[in-house]
Amino acid sequence: MEFVMAIVIGILFMAAVYLILSRSLLKIILGTGLLSHGVHLLVLTMGGLSGASPPVLAEGVTDYADPLPQALILTAIVISFGVTAFILVLAYRTYAEHQTDDMNLMKGNDEHD
Amino acid sequence: MEFVLLIFLPIVVALFVPLLFRKLKAIHTGWFVLLVPIALFIYYTGFITTTMDGGHALSELQWIPSLGISFVSYIDGLSLLFTLLITGIGALVVLYSIFYLDKNREKLNNFYVYLLIFMSAMLGVVQSDNVISLYLFWELTSISSFLLIGYWNTRDGSRFGALKSMMITVFGGLMMLGGFILLGIMGDTFSIRELIANAPTFIGHEFFTLALVLVLLGAFTKSAQFPFHIWLPDAMEAPTPVSAYLHSATMVKAGLYLVARFTPIFAVSEVWIWLVTGIGLLTLFWGSIFAVKQTDLKAILAFSTVSQLGLIMSLLGAGALAYHSDDPIFKFATFAAIFHLINHATFKGSLFMIAGIVDHETGTRDIRKLGGLMSIMPVSFTVAFIGSMSMAGLPPFNGFLSKEMFLQSMLAIRHFELFNFATWGIVFPVIAWIASVFTFVYSFYFVFKTFAGQRKSEPLPHKPHEAPIGMLVSPVILAALVVGIFFIPNLIGKWFVKPAVMAVQPGLYSHPSEVAVHVMAWHGFDAPELWMTVSLVGVGIVLFLTMARWQKLYDIQPEYLSLNALYDSAMLFSEGGMNRISRFYMTGLIRTYLMYMFAFIASITAATLFIKEAFVVDMESFAPVNLYGVLTAIVLVIAVCMVLLAKTRLSAIIALGGVGYSVALFFVIFKAPDLALTQLVIETISVALFLLAFKHLPSLSNHGQTKRNKLGNLIIAAGVGITVTLVALSAHSQKLIPSISQYYKDTVATEAGGGNIVNVILVDYRGFDTLFEIAVLSIAGIAVLAMIRLKLSRKGENTDENK
Repeated sequence: MEFVMAIVIGILFMAAVYLILSRSLLKIILGTGLLSHGVHLLVLTMGGLSGASPPVLAEGVTDYADPLPQALILTAIVISFGVTAFILVLAYRTYAEHQTDDMNLMKGNDEHD
Repeated sequence: MEFVLLIFLPIVVALFVPLLFRKLKAIHTGWFVLLVPIALFIYYTGFITTTMDGGHALSELQWIPSLGISFVSYIDGLSLLFTLLITGIGALVVLYSIFYLDKNREKLNNFYVYLLIFMSAMLGVVQSDNVISLYLFWELTSISSFLLIGYWNTRDGSRFGALKSMMITVFGGLMMLGGFILLGIMGDTFSIRELIANAPTFIGHEFFTLALVLVLLGAFTKSAQFPFHIWLPDAMEAPTPVSAYLHSATMVKAGLYLVARFTPIFAVSEVWIWLVTGIGLLTLFWGSIFAVKQTDLKAILAFSTVSQLGLIMSLLGAGALAYHSDDPIFKFATFAAIFHLINHATFKGSLFMIAGIVDHETGTRDIRKLGGLMSIMPVSFTVAFIGSMSMAGLPPFNGFLSKEMFLQSMLAIRHFELFNFATWGIVFPVIAWIASVFTFVYSFYFVFKTFAGQRKSEPLPHKPHEAPIGMLVSPVILAALVVGIFFIPNLIGKWFVKPAVMAVQPGLYSHPSEVAVHVMAWHGFDAPELWMTVSLVGVGIVLFLTMARWQKLYDIQPEYLSLNALYDSAMLFSEGGMNRISRFYMTGLIRTYLMYMFAFIASITAATLFIKEAFVVDMESFAPVNLYGVLTAIVLVIAVCMVLLAKTRLSAIIALGGVGYSVALFFVIFKAPDLALTQLVIETISVALFLLAFKHLPSLSNHGQTKRNKLGNLIIAAGVGITVTLVALSAHSQKLIPSISQYYKDTVATEAGGGNIVNVILVDYRGFDTLFEIAVLSIAGIAVLAMIRLKLSRKGENTDENK
């Protein structure tokens, strides 16, 4: 299963990088969203996918899924959500101020060369 | 008494100079400053008796004991000689500057602060026994020299000259530091005395030649040796007392001091002898020839200084031969070097002061406008005459004695048998002779074109008259020394030169009196150097009289082929080149920078993976393929493709939501209930946020991205994706240690009293992560609020407009 997941993660990374390299601000944000999904799945996959039951104590169960990567991903999800919300608003403000979302036009001011 | 503290006396006095300048306006600040070098000079003369017996005095002040760095004042013959030159000529220069600089018009507080810092730095250079503190003082001389050259900082020429000397001398200083560190590694100490004691073990060490060349670079840049001499003529923009002090008598001799001081370590090397002697002679030759070209009095003296420094340098190189040969003549060379160093300081100091007086009293230093000042300025003329004749090497002045010794040494060098000297040795006396002829010519040129002949019809900027008596005191004292030394050379030799020679060649003597040199003005008719002198005087006089005819030859050399033009174009090229390079890769586009990053991350990671042969796939370690998992994977990949291919914002956002929910499904399939919950909620909120912002955001556009751009993006994206897949596969296939999770599973109920292991890890085992994750979320919330509410307008426009 890890083999399939590795390929899925690779596709997520590829799509994310492709979007991030584009000139449109919105596409860059979409790209960061895909990138964080890719990372979360990567952490989960690296922890191993062989666990038979969720990491909640239950009678007669010994083969739990690894809880540590899950805790790490939980933290990461929340943080990436915070960051996504922030850059979304940042994009909104940028668009409101500059009336463009073309990254090539946001080169800084030539006067400050 | 700890006399090492005296090195810092001038700097301490410098702290009070601005106060004296502000509060006591009636008295020229220089009078207070004058006390410092006089007091130091008198104090240091007390050491003469010690060094005359071959002894030395030592005083130490710990600075960074753990690194073996300390301030050590080590006074032997060599450092005492330099110390007395620095303080003695320092006193005369300060006296001269009192009359040279007007107390009402000049910023005397700056001037004397810089000068006192320089004095401390110079004392530190010549007395330091620790190479690191030597380097510290060395750079301090560069910095104070920079400040003094740029003293009239409103003039372009001053700023240019200051910058140029700074660039060249600091370059050399840094090279020298490298050499010192290599010496420190070889000898395992920073103390020069201990390095000299350990010197025999350095020979053949892999760093030996490199250290030698680096130390020499420091010496050559400071002492204005070819091709680093170009800073010295430009440094003539400094006030004349500075030129007299720094750029003729003291600072430029720091390089000579360095060469003399490190001779016991490096003299065994052939490279050292060839470099020091060869570069010295080349500098002598070059400087003397180009001095005749100059029309500015100070520029003539600057090239003359360059040339004379080359002379002393070549003698120091020849003196190093004494380590290879028993012929006493080579010991003679070191004596000649030290003796000429003293002589040069006396006559060159006085000549600079005269150039300053001429400038001060006539308003110009251009030799083409001057002439016939002899009757108006008789005292200045006399001093200039004495100095120039000494520089030309005529009796009865001290320059004659050192010139004779120089020629004698150069004649002797051709008999030296090692290192190919037998083949090339004949070149040395020939070059020395030609250089001496030109020295003779420019000395005459300097004194007679200024003072003799007819007054020029064009009026001078000021009506010329003799300088005030106070200004003449210092040059007259120096001129008296020039004549005096000629008559008592052996006394000077006994007091100063022989102890210094012993310091330069410590292994060869046990007492200064063993330096068997007796200076004679008359060697008899058999001596070849007598005939060399006679012939060079003859040729020199002919050349001087026909000067107007052949001086035009200098115009043959085009300006763009000179070393100055080379320096200028190197500076322009490095500035322009760096500018072009940084403009080439700093495009200002975020895409470019991200491409650099992704490309480097992917290529470095992939290369490491294959170079280290770390790419292993172990199918055994993988969990069995799960049908639901595969189905979810297919859904996820389809959603990803939809994000990529979406034509409208709405479909892109929905597809992104699809990816998020697929991830949540994965969490369900892989037994992570808390993750699935969170992911579902967060994904819902995210999509809602996207939709909220939707209205305000522009429509999806490619902004006319070309096919080539897209292809580049695709290649890099594919590279990153493939690299991540490969790393993930091989990382999972090669687990080195078991997971720590077994501990959590075992103790979650007993230690933490919980059943949900993930939640217990979050709030109990690893609660700090959670705390700061909360902080991140709060900060993001505040930032979002601030971004929406706060509307500071740009460039001071009305700020209340949007409230």
